[in-house]
Amino acid sequence: MTATTTAGRGTRADWCQRPIHRLGSAIESGEITVTALVDATLDRIAELEPSLNAFTTVLADRARRDAEQADLDIAAGRYRGPLHGVPVSIKDLIDVAGAATTAASRVTGRAPAGADAPVVARLRAAGAILIGKCNLHEFAFGTTGEDSAFGPTRHPLDRDRSPGGSSSGSAVSVASGMAFATVGTDTGGSIRIPAAACGLVGLKPTFGELSCEGTLPLAPSLDHVGPLARCVRDTRLVYHAMRDGATAPLSDTPSRRRLGCPRPYFFEQLDDEVRTVCERALTRLQDAAWTVDDTPLQHAGDTAAICLHLILSEAAAVHARGLERCAETYTRSVRLRLELGRYVLAEDYARAQHGRDVLRDAVDAALEGRDALVLPTLAIPAPPLGASTVAVDGTTEPVRGIMLRLTQLFNATGHPAVSIPCGHTAAGLPCGLQLVGRRHQTDQLLDVAEACEAVLADLLA
Amino acid sequence: MTNDEWLVAAKADADRRQLHELKPLLDALATATRALRGAVWNRHADGPPGPATALPGPDADGAAS
Repeated sequence: MTATTTAGRGTRADWCQRPIHRLGSAIESGEITVTALVDATLDRIAELEPSLNAFTTVLADRARRDAEQADLDIAAGRYRGPLHGVPVSIKDLIDVAGAATTAASRVTGRAPAGADAPVVARLRAAGAILIGKCNLHEFAFGTTGEDSAFGPTRHPLDRDRSPGGSSSGSAVSVASGMAFATVGTDTGGSIRIPAAACGLVGLKPTFGELSCEGTLPLAPSLDHVGPLARCVRDTRLVYHAMRDGATAPLSDTPSRRRLGCPRPYFFEQLDDEVRTVCERALTRLQDAAWTVDDTPLQHAGDTAAICLHLILSEAAAVHARGLERCAETYTRSVRLRLELGRYVLAEDYARAQHGRDVLRDAVDAALEGRDALVLPTLAIPAPPLGASTVAVDGTTEPVRGIMLRLTQLFNATGHPAVSIPCGHTAAGLPCGLQLVGRRHQTDQLLDVAEACEAVLADLLA
Repeated sequence: MTNDEWLVAAKADADRRQLHELKPLLDALATATRALRGAVWNRHADGPPGPATALPGPDADGAAS
């Protein structure tokens, strides 16, 4: 039924792969009813979820009720805008009223949250339909999605690979057509890493722009909430709805297209195929008259040391009571990393805070006179599930370290960063290009990303 | 406390707590701490008392504090 029933434009199965901005007029006009769209999405979940494990909870009954109400509202002329009636998923680290926030852990209780997190409330107010809560790496403390009380989430293109994390289920839900957009969190790259691994757009806004209230913290000075979607335009729609409920303005074409490429450090340890794909994307931008000039980012080599001391200390503080009460209940590897944080000296945390300021100044300096920085998002393609190390550039690297290598710096500095798809490996695994903008200029970064996405479109075919 | 002194004490504590799997992670953390303390912008950290490297004040725009 899913593949053959038609209503509105295209088949119901086709709807699930459409970008949000191409659904709105059909929903507003009634060509596609929200009830039918939600049913198609739930059909898709029923078909794919057993093999992907992207959700901790599917909110089927609630989604159907909300869809009926949305159809009544739209028929009565109360169309709320481009997210009205659109099924979205939420990382299960973020409160949704009436559903448990599990953090994919056995440590958390299963009592339902009493209220929506503000970002969720704003999405609901924009008319979005909450289709389910998504699996993740336990407490968002990992890059693969493997350590979860619900089992690992699997990559939609290769079930033996990780989709990246920690927002693993979120990314898979959108990449596989089980949601049209999703909300993730990013403390070291947890939105951008799975976005790159799954061929999506993932946005970490400027630090503090989107409320983290109602979201279980990991490291509060590094935590960001943000959207993942299939294109920059959809990402902006969701970002704006979560930020202030405003309808997204039309994209503003940058008058100058000048990107800085920080090759030292960011191009030093890359998988060969990722390097080829990213270099091809940079060449394509230059062919389209973009300026891409080398821009060293001072002290980038100190990123891992700085971020490790920040995240370990803060995560240990957040989980101090949990470690005292029920340490054995955490997954083993997450528990060990939390325990590790208890050994960081206060003086080294202070040094890392100093390092954060040094890095922030370095990014600001690299952005001087440029629209954005451009660099790879993820140094490797989606890694095999169960791998603790991978071979990169002739060396063996820990999976966690190599996955965080290119993203976590911008969590420390608070600059907005977005990953957009830029091509595939020979095996068809997606690669991501990361764009980094000025603090508090996330919209301008999205303008650059949308223009960049248009230039690179044919590389994704 | 020097990095080496810290590592010895931390591993002994991990043993006392039966968290033997923590010891390779402590080695990795010690390597990172050595890099942190040896960073050029932080070069006074392990040296004798002298002009202190300025510690950060509150971020002017509150972006990352």
